[in-house]
Amino acid sequence: MQHAIQQIVDGLAAGSIYGALALALVLVYRATGMINFAQGLMAVASTYIALTLWQAGSPIGAAVAVAIAVSLVLGAVTERLVIRRFEGASPHTAVVVTVALLILINGIVGAIWGYNSQPFPSLFPTGTVTVGGVVLAIPSLATIGVLIAVVVLLQLLFLKTKLGLALRAVANNPESSALSGLNVGRLLMVGWALAAGLGALAGALIAPKVYLDPGMMDTILIYALAAAVLGGLDSPMGAVVAAWIIGVSENLAGTYIGFIGNDLKIGVPLVAMFVILLTRPQGLFGRKEAVRV
Amino acid sequence: MSELAGPERSSRTGAADGRGSGNILELEDVRASYGRAEVLHGVSLQVSNGGVTAVLGANGAGKTTTLRAISGMVTAKGRIDLDGQDVLGSRPDQVARMGVAHVPQGRGTLDQLSVRENLLVGAYQRRDRKAVEAQIAECFELFPALARRQTSTAGNLSGGEQQMLAVCRALMSRPRLLLLDEPSLGLAPRTAEEVFEAIGRLQKETGLSMLVVEQTAALALALADTAVVLEIGRTVLTGPAEEMAGRDEVRRAYLGD
Repeated sequence: MQHAIQQIVDGLAAGSIYGALALALVLVYRATGMINFAQGLMAVASTYIALTLWQAGSPIGAAVAVAIAVSLVLGAVTERLVIRRFEGASPHTAVVVTVALLILINGIVGAIWGYNSQPFPSLFPTGTVTVGGVVLAIPSLATIGVLIAVVVLLQLLFLKTKLGLALRAVANNPESSALSGLNVGRLLMVGWALAAGLGALAGALIAPKVYLDPGMMDTILIYALAAAVLGGLDSPMGAVVAAWIIGVSENLAGTYIGFIGNDLKIGVPLVAMFVILLTRPQGLFGRKEAVRV
Repeated sequence: MSELAGPERSSRTGAADGRGSGNILELEDVRASYGRAEVLHGVSLQVSNGGVTAVLGANGAGKTTTLRAISGMVTAKGRIDLDGQDVLGSRPDQVARMGVAHVPQGRGTLDQLSVRENLLVGAYQRRDRKAVEAQIAECFELFPALARRQTSTAGNLSGGEQQMLAVCRALMSRPRLLLLDEPSLGLAPRTAEEVFEAIGRLQKETGLSMLVVEQTAALALALADTAVVLEIGRTVLTGPAEEMAGRDEVRRAYLGD
């Protein structure tokens, strides 16, 4: 039992990282109706910025905070300079554009920081705490806590602020929002900025576990995509819950179902995605008519 | 009711009088195109201060495009003056901030937001929270059906209720000019009449200037003081609304002779 609880907590921790990137995908999808395949590499670039600051002597917490701030700006700039030109284009064009962005950022990151794996310090102290006789890793608990904090902050932003109301209005009906005087372009920039900031956070959470290299987020992006689609693509809450389901089911299946093990466990979320989408094409929390790509 | 139009109206009317034209909106030889296809080939019309102009015409005559040109949603040439200010080339949100509220065809409801949130989006540019709340209360008084459903999703409202909400949302910005695109579209005849009654009451009480595009000529002509008939992207007739009902051009526009 103790072992199972540890597996669940570790699964939730992994799911929280997928969830952070899934939230980024959802924010971009809600704002611009695109799936940003470059979200993972944007996160990698952010993580390298944090690494560079840390290597220059900054404490890791401050380095990550600065990297998140820089990423907010880079996300906004990406929307303004690249994505804006393809607004209202077909979904196929959107795929090509974000995949091209992925390849471009991959090249830039490789050119600046190289392709070798580099160790990245953890934001959290290593060690364990014992809760009710169960030994739990502090980084896992902290990761879960960070994501919960992010979700609460996003909910407050969306539901309690004027900016959040505007972001939801633009996601719902950009034309009508513009006719009410909302600067749609600027709000889309905010959506991309928030997404890039979340990606930076996801990068800083995963990097200590897997080492940092340009391909670090490739697998995470697949999990995050699965979570975003499972959650319904336009539902932040759905994305997080789906990410936790994926993290936990993957971990439990990898541990307790003999033939799956570590090698096949990436298949678990994909099978889950397949089954759920067969029965609920709009995802767990999605709205049926929400597809406006 | 006075709250709906806002206190800025009287001063603006005064300013416009100083210019001598007496028109809140003037379009002169407006041409507009979607891509390479020109769909407006010369539309001219005026809305007088505190007046209502109806735009009549058959399907495809360019009525909706005329409104979209005013709001900057299509690229246009010619002259579009709002109270003496050139709006040509401005973005939709900029035109909205200049005081033009546009209720688009299909009402533009933010269907995933609540009724109340729809109204708050309409008031997005305003900082006077108390007056905004007062105006929301007034809107609910005017349309009790909206009050009962203020926290429910706007997409669940009936067509008539959504049209009321769209008008209320437009008024939340305290516009100088209201553009209405086919308010009766998709409504049962009785509901359409109710919507027009409400708009007419509102106009009488506030003196808000309006440009109304409408398929049902009788409804539009009863509301308007001036009517403009469009044929294939051109203004072919302008005149007082009460003289229009019997005109050949109007019959042509609607009967397609």
